Amino acid sequence: MLKFTDHDIATMNAHAARTYPEECCGVLLGKTDGSEKIVDEVLAIENSSSEQRARRFIITPEDYRNAEANAHQQGLDVLGFYHSHPDHPARPSQFDLEHAFPSWSYVIIGVDHGCPSAMSSWLLLEDRSAFEEEQFEISISNKTPMNHPKEKPWQLK
Amino acid sequence: MAVKVMIPTPLRVYTDKKDAVLLDGTTVGELLQKLTSQHEQLRKHLYAENGTLRNFVNVYVNNNDIRYLNEEKTPVRDSDVVSIVPSIAGGREVV
Repeated sequence: MLKFTDHDIATMNAHAARTYPEECCGVLLGKTDGSEKIVDEVLAIENSSSEQRARRFIITPEDYRNAEANAHQQGLDVLGFYHSHPDHPARPSQFDLEHAFPSWSYVIIGVDHGCPSAMSSWLLLEDRSAFEEEQFEISISNKTPMNHPKEKPWQLK
Repeated sequence: MAVKVMIPTPLRVYTDKKDAVLLDGTTVGELLQKLTSQHEQLRKHLYAENGTLRNFVNVYVNNNDIRYLNEEKTPVRDSDVVSIVPSIAGGREVV
């Protein structure tokens, strides 16, 4: 079970809408408590893919190492990652499967004509044969969404 | 000669939760072979079926990517730290 706040969800959705029609990506920082992963911070990362950014994202090893250092400074761990699928379902692709490690959460945001419309989270099976869907829970927080929420780009359709 | 090999968080389940493993070896390839022999379940996550490192698996000697050194033939010394660092990549299917 992956636990978010509504602030985390708003941050990821705003990022996905802002980068549309390109894919966005980011890192989930937090703590693990038994079988629960509790997200404490959503860290937006620049998509480093040099081509086909409408259907590809890359978080470089340097960006990953910086995110991991950021997490450790706060006493947190990297719990997983998020990315968007512009005009495509929030389901993992074969390409996603080939680039995953077990135990990390892979959150996908489906974006329909610029509007975030679906979210799912996935875990790689031990034998690397497939993903299984991971349940997630959203709680209410009092934080203000990050990533320039005033833009509300999904309202510009 | 023992070299410290740092294990990324999601793969520590295969190394008895150790974040680093000390191994003897003179090249990166030798260390990785020993690592995956001692912890067999790591192999499928680090290596593709053709026996090459998966393209999203990066290996550093200290802060240097072995792709810019001598790949798996890169020599190591006992003061070196070898790190396995993933690139995170993905995206939707081709339409």
